[in-house]
Amino acid sequence: MDNNSLKAQGNLIMPPLKDARFRRWRTMPKDIHETIVAGVFLLPAICFFAVFVVYPIIVSIFTSFFNYSINRFEFLGFGNYINLFKDEVFLKSMKNTIVLVIGVVPFIILFSIFVALTIYQKSSLVCSFFRGVFYLPVVTGTVSVIVVWKWIFDPLSGILNWFLETLGMINQPIMWLGDKHYALWSILLVLFTTSIGQPIVLYIAALSNLDKSHIEAAEIDGATNWQVFKYIKWPCIMPTTLYVVVITIINSFQCFSLIQLLTSGGPNYHTSTVMYLVYETAFKLTQFGYANAMGVILAVVIGFFSILQFKFFSNKVEY
Amino acid sequence: MKNSKKKTSIGNILRMTLLYILTIGFIFPFYWVITGGFKQQEVTVQLPPQWFPIHPTIENYRKLFYNPALTWFFNSVLIALGTMILVCVVSTMAGYVLAKKKFYGRELIFAILVAAMALPKQVILVPLVRLISSWGFHNTLSAVILPAVGWPFGVFLMKQFNETLPTEILEAAKIDGSSELKTFILIVVPMVKPGIAALAIFTFIGAWNDYFMQLIMLNSKLKLTLPLGVATMQQEFATNYGVLMAGATFAAVPILIVFIAFQKYFTQGITMGAVKG
Repeated sequence: MDNNSLKAQGNLIMPPLKDARFRRWRTMPKDIHETIVAGVFLLPAICFFAVFVVYPIIVSIFTSFFNYSINRFEFLGFGNYINLFKDEVFLKSMKNTIVLVIGVVPFIILFSIFVALTIYQKSSLVCSFFRGVFYLPVVTGTVSVIVVWKWIFDPLSGILNWFLETLGMINQPIMWLGDKHYALWSILLVLFTTSIGQPIVLYIAALSNLDKSHIEAAEIDGATNWQVFKYIKWPCIMPTTLYVVVITIINSFQCFSLIQLLTSGGPNYHTSTVMYLVYETAFKLTQFGYANAMGVILAVVIGFFSILQFKFFSNKVEY
Repeated sequence: MKNSKKKTSIGNILRMTLLYILTIGFIFPFYWVITGGFKQQEVTVQLPPQWFPIHPTIENYRKLFYNPALTWFFNSVLIALGTMILVCVVSTMAGYVLAKKKFYGRELIFAILVAAMALPKQVILVPLVRLISSWGFHNTLSAVILPAVGWPFGVFLMKQFNETLPTEILEAAKIDGSSELKTFILIVVPMVKPGIAALAIFTFIGAWNDYFMQLIMLNSKLKLTLPLGVATMQQEFATNYGVLMAGATFAAVPILIVFIAFQKYFTQGITMGAVKG
């Protein structure tokens, strides 16, 4: 119903697709000229893309069916994939990855909406200030952020244990990154601080584009802030929320540098993620085929979420 | 009515308090890194923490520059600049035709590029490293720059931006007999400048902080980048937080200055990449 009325509106502005195709066919010589010009302009991009993205993908998928290491190259069929699902370390890493993703997404949504709502109507200087603050960890880069977090989590000279001990909440130092009960949650906290910048920027943009007349009308009618949020703002920023959910899921699945720098997957793979395991398997253990099989599985999972993302947004795209 | 007003203001105070607590939580690490770089080694691990360096020292920076931090800095600058320039040129050209030319295979090419954007880079890492090594590029700056140019995000962003160009102007130029190249350089490029600026700053910061690529492509001490160098110092200096924080400061401050100077374009890049995404 809605869709049809949209289509009808579209027809008023643009001629139906059939006509456009017909016109293109009729003026073919011009199209050939355009295609040549386009080809020349696209050539550098396509070359880089083909060499550094497409070719490695194909090789990656191909070699994932082989027992492939520095001195070996034997066909295994689906051997690598079958072994993966029997591999405790891989399953553990998959579980950790999923825990990180499920753990971080709600907090990101909650806090980024909160921050955006609180600051989006402030003057542009104030708004830029806060936006910059929450973007700090992204801009300064993981490595710089990690140096501080290592100290915060340091069991003996770190501020977190000192703080909790001073408050009397703990009696003995906690090995935040070395204890399997805490390590993943510590990573989660750092992941949260390094992921929230982009969602805040997106929410501020979405909220600033809202139609203010609805909100004003609701306020005049005596709606509380909560009601305005629940019935007007929240539904209007839903597309942004979906987008943020998907990009946060994708980014968290790719969580690597935090792990590599903070724990190297330890203790005993309790903080290893699939991404980290791919790196370790390829470069520390040099089992290239096995690492590629892991990578392919991860790509399929992430690809699934990306398709979801484009599904959501294809409704809004107007070419 | 009065009651609800009062409630709101209490809510507001609570909200602002929470916002300030979060803000401090985000600024504190940065403050700590900067001041920590000037603290003596035994002060950095002292508890309760010394909130400000009472006896500042430049010893940490001396150690940092004894490591080739300046070389790392120039490597980082070269990588970030090289990636930025190549990405901007390649993407602007491709984005323009993808948005404004009707040609065979346009939808297909665009669909493939978009699909590839979702791919985790780690999936292609082994073949990429082997490819780069087979060219003899391993452990050179090109090894980090070139693969980054293949990444289609820039093309996507510039296509979005080019769609906002009025087609009439391009057609008028054509009628006036302007060649394709001339139209592109004299008309298209000046009009998409804000888009290029957004892409440039985005790419620069991204390349500077692309720790993963640098990690797998570079390994000799003189070829490291600043973030990678600081990361390797973590192994060398373990809990010598003073030197590490000096390194972290030196890695973060240049990029922070770039970010603050171009923040407007940067946020534009983020939102543009999302709209219609």
